[in-house]
Amino acid sequence: MSHSAIHTDAHDASNVTNPEHAEHHIVSPLQYTYVFLTLLVGTAITVGAAYVDLGVMNPVIALAIACFKATVVILFFMHVAYQSRLIKVTIASGFFMFLVLITMTLTDYLSRAWGLW
Amino acid sequence: MDSALATPHEHAAHEEHEHVVLPQHRHHFETEEQQREAGSFGMWLFLLTEIMFFGGMFFAYLLYRNWYYPAFAAASNQLSVPLGAFNTVVLITSGFCMALGVWASEVRKKGLLVLMLILTTFFGLVFLGVKTVEYHEKYEKHHIPGDRFSISMFTNPAAYPETKDEKPLAPDMAQKTQIFFFLYFAMTGMHALHMIIGIGLLAWLIKRANRGDFTEGYVAPIENFGLYWHFVDIVWLFLFPLLYLINRHPLH
Repeated sequence: MSHSAIHTDAHDASNVTNPEHAEHHIVSPLQYTYVFLTLLVGTAITVGAAYVDLGVMNPVIALAIACFKATVVILFFMHVAYQSRLIKVTIASGFFMFLVLITMTLTDYLSRAWGLW
Repeated sequence: MDSALATPHEHAAHEEHEHVVLPQHRHHFETEEQQREAGSFGMWLFLLTEIMFFGGMFFAYLLYRNWYYPAFAAASNQLSVPLGAFNTVVLITSGFCMALGVWASEVRKKGLLVLMLILTTFFGLVFLGVKTVEYHEKYEKHHIPGDRFSISMFTNPAAYPETKDEKPLAPDMAQKTQIFFFLYFAMTGMHALHMIIGIGLLAWLIKRANRGDFTEGYVAPIENFGLYWHFVDIVWLFLFPLLYLINRHPLH
């Protein structure tokens, strides 16, 4: 078993030498508290921004904050920041696939009545 | 076939690693880390299918909002931002408790794990309670799509104290508010269903955690449930701004 020797090496953080054996990283309660506070601040900002008239920027800002909050949750509450590359790339490809589906479907709807409105 | 192929291989691995055989370690995984990795990978594949599932409804919302913008703006203004914001904070707190529960399981603190799972359940139930209040208000206002749906608040907003500053919609556009409310109930209802399923699983996990199942080095069920619960949080992080917030200043 050539990789059993590598397996004992706990410093393969990015999982290059041994992709199937991710180290079990424990996220500390302090880190969770920072994430929690970030999410609360994000919620406060997004509610506050909704009452300011920013025109077309209102939905853009609301969605940008939601994406930021979701990213923080995924990286730290869901431990993705400490997962193996296999899992990171799988998740990224899932989100990419979702964006492709949205874009392709919108392309259809938005182009059907092109120039007729 | 399993044993014929795996046995010699496993023996070799055991000798070299000084492997501690734990009861949760299945024989077809070479090491515990590999088993954990496979579990997380599987859970994420499931969550990606969930993204596609909710994504379909988010897409419908995006498209109809573009088509029937005035109806969506008027209908969205009927949702209560304070209740929605309160629920967002409740759900974030529930997720925070869940994250601390995962930590408690990892550092083998049984009492803390049980407490955190109970708090996660408690905040989940508070969320559902507030949602019930909101649904009931929609029922009273006849804002549930179907036979008894009433467009009068949108065609004649001046007659109602809560909509007196809104502009009236033409009857055909006012009918499209039903599409907003249909999507509102479909999306928040499907989200609530996920929470109800989650609370059911939490009850089972609390029972097992109390028995000490997850504080002896076997964290996977807590960890993977945590992934599910945080995913449900993320769905709400998008539902809240899309349904409640982005139409407060409709473009005229």
